[in-house]
Amino acid sequence: MAAAERYPDGLKYHPEHDWASIHGEEATLGITWYAQDSLGELVHYEPPDVGATISKDNAYGEVESVKAVSDLISPLSGEVLEVNQAVVDAPELVNADPYEAWLVRIKLSDVTEPDSLMDVEAYTKHLAEL
Amino acid sequence: MQTLARTPLYERHLALGARMVPFAGWEMPVQYEGVIPEHRAVRTDCGAFDVSHMGEIELEGPRARELLQSLLSNDLDKIGPGRAQYTLLTNEHGGIVDDLIVYTIDPFRFLLIVNASNRGAVFEWMKEREFRGSDVRDVSDDYALIAVQGPRSIERLGLPDAPSFTFAMGEIDGVECMISHTGYTGELGVELMAMNEDAGELWDRVLERGAVPCGLAARDTLRLEVCYPLHGNDITTETDAISAGLGWVCALDKVFTGAEALREIKERGPAERLSAFVMTDRAIPRQGMAVEGGGEVTSGTHSPMLDRGIGMAYVPSASAEPGTAITIDVRGRPRGAEIVKKPIYKREE
Repeated sequence: MAAAERYPDGLKYHPEHDWASIHGEEATLGITWYAQDSLGELVHYEPPDVGATISKDNAYGEVESVKAVSDLISPLSGEVLEVNQAVVDAPELVNADPYEAWLVRIKLSDVTEPDSLMDVEAYTKHLAEL
Repeated sequence: MQTLARTPLYERHLALGARMVPFAGWEMPVQYEGVIPEHRAVRTDCGAFDVSHMGEIELEGPRARELLQSLLSNDLDKIGPGRAQYTLLTNEHGGIVDDLIVYTIDPFRFLLIVNASNRGAVFEWMKEREFRGSDVRDVSDDYALIAVQGPRSIERLGLPDAPSFTFAMGEIDGVECMISHTGYTGELGVELMAMNEDAGELWDRVLERGAVPCGLAARDTLRLEVCYPLHGNDITTETDAISAGLGWVCALDKVFTGAEALREIKERGPAERLSAFVMTDRAIPRQGMAVEGGGEVTSGTHSPMLDRGIGMAYVPSASAEPGTAITIDVRGRPRGAEIVKKPIYKREE
């Protein structure tokens, strides 16, 4: 059920353990293996509304395990285009594969903003220092 | 700095990959593989919990029974040697100092198994009221306690069937222990009390027989599904036994501390009742959340068996009827729930 620890190449990473996959002016966001492992089995995903504006470093939603609630910190700023309904219906998908189970798709407010995020080398170094 | 106490099974928990957390002054396993698989193991097969943090208090002497009858809410005359009873230690206002299980070992010797967080309070309460011929001793440091729970627990341990709330001295694969048919999960099962030095071996034998190690997180979701109250959350010294729905363990026809107050509350009818609810909206209720129209969630979690949010809350008696719709403030978001009959989860017959 639980996935093996991995951090895919080609994603952008935020120090609060969120990832972003950039496609031109759009990005999909999710949480990293480390984040889902720390939280344990997810049982609830409280997504933002479609059309909401979310901003980098701020909370855009919540995920909950049996024991605890955790804010989702946005790695980037933009407008929510789509919420992954599959994860709303089955939050444990995030534990099974945190990179397949994206949380929101956004339209970036600034296409240069992803440059401020970490690549996989920098993020794994960040994890090693925790 | 206060250091956390460790049970005799501490090293074994680490070896099993448990996540350890502080709980009531103890460093305890909150989960091993994960709360959901552990919870399901107990509902479908068999799980083992280290509950050695719980307190054990012994009372001995020709007047021990008399002392307990005057302090505990349930009627000790209903049980003889080899029987156990769920009961409350109440204060003058009918508030709950602790909920506990009393074991009649013989007519002059009793054991109380109390909540870890209340071990000191219960001991002091009893010690202050002790009289000649009723010796009260805290023996918690001598004993470990392992709960083995689930529909296949008795069969896996190779034990003969026995009614719940009975106990006897016995052994599991040669390890001596007191085998008590009690638990906190709503399932068939036993609690095994052993000397500290035997605890490691007992735990190993229990796991070899196929019990899945389970942590405190699963213990909490299991007890909440069957609406067993947790002291400190659902019941406290400020909540009375009648409002908490524990009138069934209060022998109001006998004399004990708080009986008069409880009789009054019962006659008048409590203003609020501890009620069980299931979320109708997608949300997980948590302790401290407000109920619209008055009341507060005292325990809340995600139910692994129902796959939705469940909880208990004190709500005005008028809203306490099963089927009543209530609204819970989930961090600023109003979310619907429905009052249900206790227990929230019941095995399909």
